[in-house]
Amino acid sequence: MIFSLIMQGNMSRKLHARRIEGIDKNIWVEFSQLAADYKAVNLGQGFPDFSPPHFIQEAFCKALNGGFSKHQYTRAFGHPNLVKILAKFFSRIVGREIDPMEDILVSVGAYQALFCTFQALIDEGDEVIIVEPFFDCYQPMVMMAGGTTCLLDLRLKEGCGPVLSSADWVLSPEELASKFSPRTKAIVINTPNNPLGKVYQQEELHMIADLCIKHDVICISDEVYEWLTYDGTKHVKIASLPGMWERTVTIGSAGKTFSATGWKVGWAMGPGHILKHLKTVHQNSVYHCATAAQEAVAVGSQREYDVFGTEGSYFQQLPKHLHEKRLRLADCLKSVGLKPVLPQGGYFMIADISNLNVDLADPSTKDEPYDYRFVKWLIKEKGLATIPVSAFFSPEHKDEFQKYIRFCFVKNGMFCSYF
Amino acid sequence: MRTSYKMASIKHKNTKRIEGLDKNVWVAFTSVAADPSIVNLGQGYPDIPPPSYVKEGLAQAAMVDRLNQYTRGFGHPTLVKALSKVYGKVYDRQLDPFKEILVTVGGYGSLFSTMQALVEEGDEVIIIEPFFDCYVPMVKMAGGKPVLIPLRLKSSSAASSVSSADWVLDQEELASKFNSKTKAIIINTPNNPIGKIFSRSELQAIADLCIKHDTLCISDEVYEWLVYKGHEHVKIATLPGMWDRTITIGSAGKTFSVTGWKLGWSIGPEHLIKHLQTVMQNSLYTCPTPLQEAVGQGLLRDFELMGKPDCYFTSLALELEGKRDRMAAMLRQTGMTPVVPEGGYFMIADVTALNQDLSHMGDDEPYDYKFVKWMIKEKKLASIPVTAFVGEDSVKQFEKYIRLCFIKQESTLDAAEAILKSWNKD
Repeated sequence: MIFSLIMQGNMSRKLHARRIEGIDKNIWVEFSQLAADYKAVNLGQGFPDFSPPHFIQEAFCKALNGGFSKHQYTRAFGHPNLVKILAKFFSRIVGREIDPMEDILVSVGAYQALFCTFQALIDEGDEVIIVEPFFDCYQPMVMMAGGTTCLLDLRLKEGCGPVLSSADWVLSPEELASKFSPRTKAIVINTPNNPLGKVYQQEELHMIADLCIKHDVICISDEVYEWLTYDGTKHVKIASLPGMWERTVTIGSAGKTFSATGWKVGWAMGPGHILKHLKTVHQNSVYHCATAAQEAVAVGSQREYDVFGTEGSYFQQLPKHLHEKRLRLADCLKSVGLKPVLPQGGYFMIADISNLNVDLADPSTKDEPYDYRFVKWLIKEKGLATIPVSAFFSPEHKDEFQKYIRFCFVKNGMFCSYF
Repeated sequence: MRTSYKMASIKHKNTKRIEGLDKNVWVAFTSVAADPSIVNLGQGYPDIPPPSYVKEGLAQAAMVDRLNQYTRGFGHPTLVKALSKVYGKVYDRQLDPFKEILVTVGGYGSLFSTMQALVEEGDEVIIIEPFFDCYVPMVKMAGGKPVLIPLRLKSSSAASSVSSADWVLDQEELASKFNSKTKAIIINTPNNPIGKIFSRSELQAIADLCIKHDTLCISDEVYEWLVYKGHEHVKIATLPGMWDRTITIGSAGKTFSVTGWKLGWSIGPEHLIKHLQTVMQNSLYTCPTPLQEAVGQGLLRDFELMGKPDCYFTSLALELEGKRDRMAAMLRQTGMTPVVPEGGYFMIADVTALNQDLSHMGDDEPYDYKFVKWMIKEKKLASIPVTAFVGEDSVKQFEKYIRLCFIKQESTLDAAEAILKSWNKD
């Protein structure tokens, strides 16, 4: 057959559905490819370069040798062992009896939990408040569900000291309140936040909660980095605040919890009357999640439940280990003229690049935001991969945030050697 | 203090796209059959172990640090390259591993990505009954309208020995289902639940209509390797004019007897696959890494053996053919009329001749639902009602059939045989 020059082969009708219009671009696809092409040291995408803890790797090995049932379908909404331990674990933290069968849905990573949530709850015409900077998938997911995003920026508060912390980025109460309308269906919060590393304090969450209750809005709380807080910062679950359990979907991740991002096990947790809609989406999209990985996460979670709060807990050891890495990276960045923002939690640190006066004479990137151009220059010229922070802002606001780049510090390497 | 929740907030209601899609036959029947005293020939998964090299491949992958972290979103390089090798040979064409293949969460995930990418309000999608039950809800969730057409038993078939080949489409009826709104037709070959393998001429008839009406073809071929003696699995995408308009779906779960790994793939032209990739990157982004590595290694191993008897694709089919024949004999002995499948690991059986009176169970359900429930309770044998796989209009045609899965170890089949042998003895 002759090579066809027609874009759609020999089909003439319009093929793709409208729901995927405008959401085909993706920074990860673009930047991971670039990092791979230039064999750059990857401080860009958020995954550890070390192994998951020994006890969970062992659990995985045991699971896959645990008889035929571990290789066949398990319960669609979550492997029984896993949902039971998650319910037990989080009941203790949230302070209420969580039903493993009704209040939890296991998903293919937290990403799929977010997808189920938007598909289940957001209809055309619904508004969803998203706090910028945001993990980039929130906006396209709202769009795919036919919703409208209503953006609200975290802003640097007045009178900050010379050393910036993620705590210096705050929401304006008036601006927050102004975003709620009769069409507001949900607000998405991410704490600890990606990319900033901000950990919302009790008062900030109360402020959001009050508005959710007042306007009868659902709260989607992405808490994948919940075990990674530094300097004694406490992670607070908005679902544990009065009046919030019945209107909150809390999202978690085994990948981030156990440094095994490639296992893609996550969950959504919330009241049965909301979770049942997520389950309907799940059963009509992927139906089941892989069994062996769920079994391993269940065993690992049981172990953490038993040693919770003690020194042996991975949830103590990992943040301790990363606490140092975070400070080390901040020092390295300062030494080359960047201004880091010290994160209170999470995997990432952003740094202000405006002091560096680099000649980014690369004609192929001249129409892109400054931080995109800087990141590409850094990959090509210095062999170091990072992510431009304007990627975490909506197209409307990208121009205002072109001077930050994001680093992942969950790496074993010696940071200063990269500079 | 627990704030009591008085009234269901209107904002907590489900979205329109999932209206009416909450019911599901599996949720009802798998919990019933979870009782270990019941012989479970219902849900379609093996109780035989996967090949050891596949399990070992996973154990090895899990030991590599990098393989416990995120991999390429559209498919782990080892896997997509292996798929392009295996299917390149099967299709006899060069397959671009990065542009013409997408790895998904099972065949199910491929179906979903396809519907979400290519079906929307205003589109009609032709579905052949009986169909794997998720096709209709997925089309509806994408806003499309399912248009059903049943397979029909040829009147010429002998009553005693029915094969899945005796179930055919009426060609005029098929042609009448196509119109300018028809976006796609879904075919499943080998078919679940009947086990029919569409012949080359049957596929050509469908292809002709797809080309005439400029329609897409979604070909669910998850059981593609489970083909019994005397039959050939034909890929509709290899027919002239079809590559450009077909998405073909495969499954690691069915290929390697690891349904719990939930890995599948879509293969097709770049101009279609790119839209499925957009859905993937906005729904779950990437599939688990170590599982993909292990499947990739498994495929490479079997690629070298393709066509030889110790290739798993061949050896599994051979093993299952024996079980198929054994199951058919057991059912006949009881008085049921099995439909011997040409492929796949299911068999449907007509229970009419048993004359089982189920009037005591009321009449708000089709006969097969009642029969299956009765059989679970009275005979401790689980199966699935075939009307779960058809639309309302076809219920009468299929309500005397139950579906049984035969990818079970010999001890399970022994237990089933014991039940079937003593059927008339109480």
